[in-house]
Amino acid sequence: MVTSKYMPLDGANAVSQAMRQIDPDVVAAYPITPQTAVVQNFSQYVADGIVHTEFVAVESEHAAMSACVGASAAGARVMTATSANGLALMWEMLYIASGLRLPIVMTVVNRALSSPLNIHCDHSDSMGARDSGWLQLYAETGQEAYDNTIQAIRIAEHPDLLLPVMSCQDGFITGHGVERVGILPDEAVREFVGEYKAKFSLLDVDNPITMGAWDFTDYYFEHKRQQTEAMNNAMPIVRAVSEEYERLSGRPQPIVDYFGMDDAEYAIVVLSSTAGTSRAVARQLRAQGWKVGVVKPRVFRPFPAQEIIEAIKGCKAVAVLDRAISFGALYGSGPLFTDTCSALYNLGVTGLPIVNYIYGLGGRDTLPSMIESVYRDLRQVAESGDRGAPVRYLGLRE
Amino acid sequence: MTDRIRINLRQIVNNEERLAPGHRLCAGCAEPTAVRQILHAIEGPVVLSTATGCLEVSTTVYPYTSWRVPWIHSAFENASTTIAGAEAAYKALKRAGKIPEDRQITFVAFGGDGASYDIGLQWISGVLERGHKVIYVCLNNEAYMNTGIQRSGATPRGAHTTTSPAGEVLPGKTQWRKPFTRIMAAHDIPYVAQASPHNYRDLMMKAKKAAAADGPAVLNVLVPCPRGWRHESDQTMAIAKLATDTCYWPLYEVDHGKTIINYKPREKLPVTEWLKAQGRFRHLFRPAYAGLLQEIQAKVDEEWERLLKEEANS
Ligand SMILES: Cc1ncc(C[n+]2csc(CCOP(=O)(O)OP(=O)(O)O)c2C)c(N)n1
Repeated sequence: MVTSKYMPLDGANAVSQAMRQIDPDVVAAYPITPQTAVVQNFSQYVADGIVHTEFVAVESEHAAMSACVGASAAGARVMTATSANGLALMWEMLYIASGLRLPIVMTVVNRALSSPLNIHCDHSDSMGARDSGWLQLYAETGQEAYDNTIQAIRIAEHPDLLLPVMSCQDGFITGHGVERVGILPDEAVREFVGEYKAKFSLLDVDNPITMGAWDFTDYYFEHKRQQTEAMNNAMPIVRAVSEEYERLSGRPQPIVDYFGMDDAEYAIVVLSSTAGTSRAVARQLRAQGWKVGVVKPRVFRPFPAQEIIEAIKGCKAVAVLDRAISFGALYGSGPLFTDTCSALYNLGVTGLPIVNYIYGLGGRDTLPSMIESVYRDLRQVAESGDRGAPVRYLGLRE
Repeated sequence: MTDRIRINLRQIVNNEERLAPGHRLCAGCAEPTAVRQILHAIEGPVVLSTATGCLEVSTTVYPYTSWRVPWIHSAFENASTTIAGAEAAYKALKRAGKIPEDRQITFVAFGGDGASYDIGLQWISGVLERGHKVIYVCLNNEAYMNTGIQRSGATPRGAHTTTSPAGEVLPGKTQWRKPFTRIMAAHDIPYVAQASPHNYRDLMMKAKKAAAADGPAVLNVLVPCPRGWRHESDQTMAIAKLATDTCYWPLYEVDHGKTIINYKPREKLPVTEWLKAQGRFRHLFRPAYAGLLQEIQAKVDEEWERLLKEEANS
């Protein structure tokens, strides 16, 4: 284990620090609130000559991911960052990056998608990209955003995986929120990420390769099968890298973080910063004798079904909190809810009352009192035996 | 500096083809001809990207490839930015000592006119503005041929395409083509040229100049398409030549801001010579469109005069 140096940093700056230490070969990025600090800081590192990176200040996010694809195909270690509309503009290229099996790492500072225009946090941007073949990590704090960024490099570039990774954190809430962040020594990070040696590279002119060929009905399906196989086998790789990083940093890196779940009767499943609020409320309620708990997946793609279901299956009632709507899905619920429900069914858990709360859209504050009301609702559901509305809205004026 | 560039055909015919035979482009398609000429002209290793379109789908039918050099296709609009990404990687990896200092690579992107004039214009513009050392080649067959002959910004006025059909009331495309070569030159990059594969010496010379340029370079190459233009597949080069003899497609270059016209026909043929050789313009010879033919001739004359003036003033 090495000793971290603690500094006051916001989440975006914490990620910039990680990127400086990783010192990728190429960064191609475009500014958008609330990710902008990442691009600005990184430009300064380049201007000051403290990274060797070729920084490509592109004219759009689609171009950012296009340049990342070209650079990664040329054997470079490549990173980028975006939010919301920027991610939406990259759409086409997200699938091309994963289909070409390019281990690009992207920070997403989560922000609501237009329309209406809103710069504040929700997960509609990255949740819309959940089927794009990228792994997705969600950070509760700036510290986690820093730690996840470094691990993402090793995960993406693992020779048995070779898939891009999206490392997400909550815009403004952690992105602009200053907290105490432990930064590893530069050499420790450099050693941890190691040198990237691409198996195939466009620059290997003596061994020419064709990338992105035209795939007919006779091969495309097999290629997609290989891709889903890689994603299906990703969890052990994520776990191994996490454990190695945990040993290095001394900070726990669970796939799913549990609080109070040994005996919890009522549980909240939630991603990112609201897990912190939920944990604080759960701690207070537990002090009053309530058996409540929190389940926070740090990894959302691949979906840690086993880890979530094992934790919640013995509960009397469970709430899944979604910071995005999957419009037209089951009862208009959110993606974490639909995935959790299908996992319950597939792992043979029946009869567990489960409700969905849509919360925090467009940066709406999620207060401790709201989390407390969720636990109260869960007790009501369990005691009455009536689930009531399957999808509810937290902190909404009706 | 570029004056000393010479084309040595004797040497070139002995070079290995970098685009192998056996690809699936149509008989008479000028795209592979132009590509081979360009790749013969460029010396040393190349890394290529290609936009979605005829060239891409016909040369890389998995599990086969016609490319004997590194090649990537990522999407329709971004062949320019994809190759710029590879060039960025090359710079960074050289800086990191992971690529030998003396390894020279020429980066080339190919895109159709749809990929260049229309959907990919912003991407190209960004690449030029940032000064990536790449060559962007527009293989201009004046329509979206891969998807079945739809109009593009390069389609000339009066041409029949499947999305600008000649009908009872419309004479094919009703708008003029976009001045793409001028738009490229307006980026003030080291080298921009317009070329045609029937004049292979000229095209290859331009490819060499593009490769030697101290920054981004753009080639806009006319590539007749027998399917879309409706001509016999053995007429491709004759039709390309007509485009230059009518001054519909002037061969010229803008080298560090200096405009040079590379071919001035001794006798400038009427544009109808070019139009009547192709089925896509057949309807223009109905009596009703006599006025339109005059407008097209006037436009060609005006553009040629402007170019002559530009040359004289530069
Ligand atoms: C974003 C996107 N829009 C549309 C298409 C469909 N498409 C593929 S190739 C093509 C036309 C290509 O035309 P052009 O660039 O002129 O090249 P050509 O095939 O004529 O050589 C179109 C419209 C696509 N692949 N991607």
